[in-house]
Amino acid sequence: MPPDMRIDLEGLVSGPSQVWGALRLVPLLRAEPVENLRLHSVAYGDAQRSRVQLTNTVSYYSYIPHGFVADWNRDAGDRQESAAYGTQVLAKDGAVQSMPVHFHRRMTQKQGKRRVRFLPLHLALEGYLALHFGGPTIAWREWSDRVIRHGLSPRTEAAYRGAVVPGLQDALRVFEIHEGQCGVLLYTGDTLAAAFVAPHPDDYRELHPTLLLDMYGELVYQYALMMPAVQEFTVHLDADRIDSLAGMRTAAAEQSRMWTRFHDTVMANALLEHEYTAERAYQMGDFDLTRFRPTFKPGEENHIGEAITDGAGRIAYLKTFRLSEAQIRRGYLLELLATHDWRLARAAASIGATSEDLRGRIRAAGFEMMLREKEK
Amino acid sequence: MAAEDVLLFVNAATASTGQREFHTDAAEQAISLEFLHEYMLVNYRELYAASLALGINDHNATLAIRRLLATGRDATAEQKRVEGALIARRLLLLPPPRVFRLFKALQRDGVNNRRTRAIVRDWMQALESPAFHAVKYRSGFKAGLKHTHTDIGDGELRDFLFGPLQRKPYTTRILETWRQAHYNSGALYNLPYTVAEGFAAKHGIKREVFLSRIGDRMTPLEKLRGGEEPLDPLELVYGTAKYCGPPAPWLTRLAVRILAMPLDERAASRAKLTRSLRSWAAHEAGELAGTWGRVTAVLDDSFSSFGSPVKRRRPLAVAVACHFLLEALAAPGEYTPLWISGHDDPLLTYPSGATPLGLRIIDALETAPERIVVVSDGWDNSPPGLAAEVLRVWRERLDPARRVDVVHVNPVFDAAALDVRALSRTVPSVGIRDAEDLVPLVELAQFAQGRVGLPELMRYLDGRVRRFLGAS
Repeated sequence: MPPDMRIDLEGLVSGPSQVWGALRLVPLLRAEPVENLRLHSVAYGDAQRSRVQLTNTVSYYSYIPHGFVADWNRDAGDRQESAAYGTQVLAKDGAVQSMPVHFHRRMTQKQGKRRVRFLPLHLALEGYLALHFGGPTIAWREWSDRVIRHGLSPRTEAAYRGAVVPGLQDALRVFEIHEGQCGVLLYTGDTLAAAFVAPHPDDYRELHPTLLLDMYGELVYQYALMMPAVQEFTVHLDADRIDSLAGMRTAAAEQSRMWTRFHDTVMANALLEHEYTAERAYQMGDFDLTRFRPTFKPGEENHIGEAITDGAGRIAYLKTFRLSEAQIRRGYLLELLATHDWRLARAAASIGATSEDLRGRIRAAGFEMMLREKEK
Repeated sequence: MAAEDVLLFVNAATASTGQREFHTDAAEQAISLEFLHEYMLVNYRELYAASLALGINDHNATLAIRRLLATGRDATAEQKRVEGALIARRLLLLPPPRVFRLFKALQRDGVNNRRTRAIVRDWMQALESPAFHAVKYRSGFKAGLKHTHTDIGDGELRDFLFGPLQRKPYTTRILETWRQAHYNSGALYNLPYTVAEGFAAKHGIKREVFLSRIGDRMTPLEKLRGGEEPLDPLELVYGTAKYCGPPAPWLTRLAVRILAMPLDERAASRAKLTRSLRSWAAHEAGELAGTWGRVTAVLDDSFSSFGSPVKRRRPLAVAVACHFLLEALAAPGEYTPLWISGHDDPLLTYPSGATPLGLRIIDALETAPERIVVVSDGWDNSPPGLAAEVLRVWRERLDPARRVDVVHVNPVFDAAALDVRALSRTVPSVGIRDAEDLVPLVELAQFAQGRVGLPELMRYLDGRVRRFLGAS
């Protein structure tokens, strides 16, 4: 039974946002860095496509521009491997430049005693792709032979690389990283596109440019392309209520608090106030690397992602991916069918529709191959 | 309205060099400048010409000169007379490479009226050593002569430029050295660096050998740019290297050079560098030293003060130079520098972090100064817009009598807004290129507030133009 989780950004305070065109970046600041966990990136060169072997029979193909390495328990020995300074290309992977396909053994792989390599976001996306990957658990008549035998394979989803999202490169370049900044929330057209949190400000500084190598959903790309420039939330001081410089300082601080409150409760609520289904991918000391997915709700903001949480459930590392509407529908349909034991009629009845409607929706979602043709 | 337009143009033409900045690229800068120049030329021709006396930077001065010379037919005789004098005077202040580039541009544009010819001829004939310029800037020199049909007589210089190169030996020393350098690799070390470089390649001399021997023929600027053997900033102060051309604003250049050094090196020679910057600032301040009273500076060393790869750390260097200049201008012991990042050592600053400009301005106001100078690119983002609000409320509620004089100098031209980014409507913002111009810019800033109208501005400009022309 997978545990439910909520995203708990305790210890992280959202700072004043910086705007570039349709993009808004909200820094997340930590007063104290998370101890005993560091992240750095491993560049995988220009391999066009990479293959990740998950089990002996299932493989995951994707363009993977970079991987993250997490070190934990830095202070308890293991010093040589704990430096997080500059992008490190490991000798083992040094030859990838000329290879068209890079072979990663697993999504998360142990590299040394207290160090694990994982592929950012791919971990989360793979969790989404593998959702009910085996297909119907009971061979009802409505499902095709193929899906009974082979499951949903192959499942594909497309995403945009950060470098092609219009303006993202400039937005990241001109963004002024705050002192103590450990994360960022990226908005396009003032809808949340992605969240990224690192355990330590130095890690964040190093990994800030890797946001450009990440994947972004279709919606993020379209909003960045088409939305007009967003407004800055500028400060307003009430002149009538200020009669000294100290008063001005208090009023300014109050304005900052107001922004933080507004941001956390209004702008980021779709991410923070959701229940997620979490799945642990790796355990490292006190920290858990988990990937999570939302309860898919068409028409709403849905984020999948991965996180490293400490024993108390606080976020040390977080990366999210915003699903497009079509992706949400696919997830929703699969979940719907699975909760009703893959019985089409019962699933249709539960949402107040006819079987025929549901068939139409399954077809429209791109799962036509699941349905048996003769059974009309 | 006119006063505002003029100041907007002067701001842009002082700060922008048409190069890439932190937030805008070179193309955007060029388009915005193009528009402003055209607008000024069409609407306020006299003021446009007068801006040549206002310390607009060399890039914009040549743009303005090109435009003025190309559109002579739209000007009256009186306008032409003043323009001619201003152009001639400004040409003398330009570094020779820029002047020759301007001549080539005039040739390309096909601008060849009587006035242009006269101005070019006068400039060329006023050269102290035409032979030196003919050798060092051969193609530009030739282009200028040919384009304006300037007569340089029948001497050997004419043979050098236009003849079939049969004369030997030349009696002029530099021409003779140039001739010998063709076959004698020892002679080339007596030529200007840029010319010698070509001969060194011809003779296959190794770069290191060449650089070690040519050293003292390099101008300080060439040394600065050379990179391979970067100049010790202290040498700049007491430098002996030959430099032809107008005196350069060394304070800002020195700051640029110092900021290019690694932090460790800066820390090691901190005392010496500080001393040299101080002495240079005292020199720049001149007789105004100590006359500004109690001064507080808010200096921007946020990440955006990095500038761009082509203007590395320029905004930060301007801030550092302004810091030392203000220290010299303020009454002794009455100067408070406030860096955005909270660091307090100007020599060890580096661009980093966000820009909490508003909070720093509150800090500055708390020091109860007579004058606040803000040196920043105006991208106030932590929280956004606080600086504007603080200044507004300060002016409205806490200091309606304007006891504190606040001025914002901005080293970055914001191409999208066609102006330097202002902090607030209540505080004047002026563009700055070199910290040395701080004093006249602060003078100019009073017009930027809109309190003083066009007639006063015209009178002020007249004064500046007279001083500018009289100084020749």
